Amino acid sequence: MENTIAQIQTIPLQYYIIFCSALFSIGVAGVLSKRNAIVIFMSVELMLNSANLLLTAFSAYRNDPAGQIFVFFIMVVAAAEVAIGLGLLVVVYRSTKTIDIDVLNRLKW
Amino acid sequence: MFSIYLFIFLSVVALFSALKVLLSKKPIHSVLYMTLTFFTLAGHYILLNAQFLAVVHVIVYAGAIMVLFLFTMMLLNLNLEGEFSKSTLMKIVAVIAGGLLFLVLIASLKSFDVATVGTPELTQIGLVKNLGTILYKDYLLPFELSSILFLSAMVGAVMLGKKD
Repeated sequence: MENTIAQIQTIPLQYYIIFCSALFSIGVAGVLSKRNAIVIFMSVELMLNSANLLLTAFSAYRNDPAGQIFVFFIMVVAAAEVAIGLGLLVVVYRSTKTIDIDVLNRLKW
Repeated sequence: MFSIYLFIFLSVVALFSALKVLLSKKPIHSVLYMTLTFFTLAGHYILLNAQFLAVVHVIVYAGAIMVLFLFTMMLLNLNLEGEFSKSTLMKIVAVIAGGLLFLVLIASLKSFDVATVGTPELTQIGLVKNLGTILYKDYLLPFELSSILFLSAMVGAVMLGKKD
């Protein structure tokens, strides 16, 4: 156990920041470039997860448990959000027979 | 030294599968690659000695959320193969926007003072015992409120999904 813990610190914190930034940017590109509402949802999850990992990394490196508690609550909110979001998508699909967000633009203007 | 190789391996797999989420033609492949991303992220949590979060992450994301996505996609037969996609110009713009965001985030690292980050000590905070103590001592009210949030989300989902 001690050995594992000692090994954690060999990774610089910057690596985590770079990795999480890359993951977040991929999520942003996904939200902007996709038309399938479900895939957009998944890209949002990707962004949430990169933020979660960075919070955990900072929490572990600063020895502050609050960050990991926050991650726990973010997961709770994300689970609730996905349940509601997918329920809404099902309703939308039933009434319009599509989940293409370029078609569902009646609320836009 | 071993952990840094593990970190690089997990990162490469995570980024690759995250890219495949976007590049896959079928939404169902996107969901499966997303699950792979979540498992690699769980590996990252273990690497940070956040074991509680790793377990919760696997249960919540890989166990609940991805199953929900798969159910929705399969029950509604939404696995449409590339029937609609944005124009090439929009895709290029999206990639440029994402790349610029990445560039800005990386560039902001230059002014990031490493000295402000405390020296990483032998961290034990990610274990279930410590997190549970803190969760039930200092964060009891938000914890209970989150159960109400779950209840309302469940009621809402049932109400939305009901055929009227």
